[in-house]
Amino acid sequence: MFAGFDFDVIERSLPYLFKEGMTFTVTLTLMAMTGGIVFGTLLSMMRLSSYRILNLPAGAYVNLMRAIPLVLVIFWFYFLVPWIGGWIIGAKQPIQVGAFWSSVITFTMFEAAYYCEIMRAGIQSIPRGQVSAGYALGLNYWQTMARIVLPQAFRNMLPVLLTQTIILFQDTSLVYVLSITDFLGAAARIAQRDARLVEMYLFVAVVYFVISFFTSYYVRRLQMRIAIVH
Amino acid sequence: MQYNWNWQIFWQPAPDGSGAYFGWLVWGLGWTVATALSAWIIALAVGAVVGTLRTTPLNWMVRLGNTYVEFFRNIPLLVQMFLWYFVLPELVPKALGDAMKQMPPPWGSFVPAVLCLGFYTSARIAEQVRAGIQSLPRGQRMAGTALGLTLPQTYRHVLLPMAFRIVLPPLTSEFMNIIKNSAVALTIGLMELTARARSMQEFSFQVFEAFTAATVIYILVNIVVVLAMRVLERRVQVPGFIGTGPAAPQAGH
Amino acid sequence: MKRHVPLLIALFAWAGLSAAAQAQEFTGTLKKIKDTGAITLGHRETSIPFSYYDDKQQVIGYAMDICYKIVDALKAELKMPKIDIKLNPVTSATRIPLMANGTIDLECGSTTNNLERQKQVWFATTHFVTANRFVSKKASKLKTVDDLKGKTVVSTSGTTNIKQATEFNVQKKLGMNIIAAKDHAESFLTVDTGRAVAFFMDDILLYTLVANAKNPGDWVISPDALSVEPYGIMMRKDDAPFKKVVNGAINGLYKSGEINKIYEKWFLKPTPPKRINYNVPMSAQFKKVIANPTDSGDPDVYK
Repeated sequence: MFAGFDFDVIERSLPYLFKEGMTFTVTLTLMAMTGGIVFGTLLSMMRLSSYRILNLPAGAYVNLMRAIPLVLVIFWFYFLVPWIGGWIIGAKQPIQVGAFWSSVITFTMFEAAYYCEIMRAGIQSIPRGQVSAGYALGLNYWQTMARIVLPQAFRNMLPVLLTQTIILFQDTSLVYVLSITDFLGAAARIAQRDARLVEMYLFVAVVYFVISFFTSYYVRRLQMRIAIVH
Repeated sequence: MQYNWNWQIFWQPAPDGSGAYFGWLVWGLGWTVATALSAWIIALAVGAVVGTLRTTPLNWMVRLGNTYVEFFRNIPLLVQMFLWYFVLPELVPKALGDAMKQMPPPWGSFVPAVLCLGFYTSARIAEQVRAGIQSLPRGQRMAGTALGLTLPQTYRHVLLPMAFRIVLPPLTSEFMNIIKNSAVALTIGLMELTARARSMQEFSFQVFEAFTAATVIYILVNIVVVLAMRVLERRVQVPGFIGTGPAAPQAGH
Repeated sequence: MKRHVPLLIALFAWAGLSAAAQAQEFTGTLKKIKDTGAITLGHRETSIPFSYYDDKQQVIGYAMDICYKIVDALKAELKMPKIDIKLNPVTSATRIPLMANGTIDLECGSTTNNLERQKQVWFATTHFVTANRFVSKKASKLKTVDDLKGKTVVSTSGTTNIKQATEFNVQKKLGMNIIAAKDHAESFLTVDTGRAVAFFMDDILLYTLVANAKNPGDWVISPDALSVEPYGIMMRKDDAPFKKVVNGAINGLYKSGEINKIYEKWFLKPTPPKRINYNVPMSAQFKKVIANPTDSGDPDVYK
């Protein structure tokens, strides 16, 4: 079956695939994860707020992001972010946002909606009594959140947050639609240049599989450890 | 802002002579729905079987089911799309591969897209079904056996009917996912809703109008699905058994 | 102290003058380049030999060389010793929105200048003239558009070529199935793998794709030119001072004859990565443009 295959093409392009492609993918994943969890946590606090002015927009944002395809979100943000940036700083011209930062913003904003729902469940899992106790000790809302609720919520939800990050890692491959050189983009470029689609795409699938599989294996072990401590 | 807004664009004729751009988007929605529904049938059938296998006492079946789920869960959907579209026809016997490649559009990309989405989602459904069955009190399985039912009968009459009611809410979101994920098929040339919006943008240059329209349509579809599933959930409810407490949070889309 | 008054006045006057020169207000893209010290060039992945990746994954090509000359002219105009050049990949589908939203400042590739696009963006002086044709496998014996009746064809999404194919389809009632691919290489592969029988594209790009193919002898390009496609470097609309510098740079290349050297480098000599010599002599249409530079988007001007 593999008789006519040229696996050399993979070996020859390894440095490019990993040094450029995988570096982009991993950096993008880590930055969007950090940004997404921070923004998502803020959103979840807004959603749980009793003020309508906070929970309505947060709810609308989360539902909107969860209703439309990521591919569409990627197009939206790639074309829209410079305008919004220009509008925020009050410039007449749209500001310049490169492909990398545009992707970081896109995935941060998109995944925040999903991290938000995870953190919301995490916060809700903390007994109300703890919040009351915090207030009784004279802590204000932010102190209670920062010292009592969020650390526990975060800890309880860590496996789910990490699983979501593995999904984020896989999702970043969709920047392919913008011709950005992520891991898949780099492989696709070589594949098309040398007409070696079969070899390259199989290789890409194997690499994604190995990384995702072992990370989720590690997350499952973590989950068990956390569960035992409970 | 140096952008020429033109909301009338939807009523202007598209260059392929098939009518207005609005009609394009409606066709796109049609293909999105057709792809999602066809893939959903595969996903539900395969997912239910694999999910059930993973709860049987037979070790090798569990392992087979687990491997299946891991395989489809750990490769990005877009890469799987490429595997079905670009790689598979080259690996099968030449005659079959040629036949696959020469299917006229839109079938040439519709069929791989449906298979890809179907199997991808089936792994996720298998996971939900397994969790649903395992969340049932163990007594139910024992009661089935005690009544003298065989293992398949226990599943058929005791476990599965209850499990399916439990997994209905997560299945709703999986169905939404399959609709959204069908947009990935634009990379293999399927002219579904997002692809239509993109090509409308390419031909008319009205980027934001095209994407706004697509976004609004997706939101409407979302609302319809949520309402329909709510009705369904109420229909099949077993009094006093489900609808208790929110589902555990799940990572996913 | 008194003695020094004239000197002081002179000094102040000089300072004032140079300040006036410094403060010569730049607007639009010129101001942006001056303020940020950088320019972003949009480039293509597989528009050979206009703008493409070589085997070291560096972006090179005929249009890139012209763009670098434009950047030199910008340095002189803005009195900047150095302008950072950032590169941003674009596709046929993303190039116009990315130009409008400021992600790229110049698009250096193989973009057809036409009146419809001029409603959204501006074009610099034409840097190549080509025509829409289709490529197919020799074995399938396809010569004219009529031979494609009822067949599956492909073109790159967002191009004038796919639009023209779409329009032909309606006018001539051909009933072709048209697939849209992401980039030229993908379109070409679509025919190579047998998913489509023909690929509609600018002939120069078809020519270079065939030359780079595994078996160039298997391919044939349709004899009839279906259109005239003048290529232009894209820039943002309504930015006359910027356009003046850009066109000035290109027209300068034409006047000094420097363009001949750049043209030879990419079309008449071996090019990276495979050292292929495309051997495409300069067309009469393009020679006309060099003699009388124009940035018209009207195909009739080039006939």
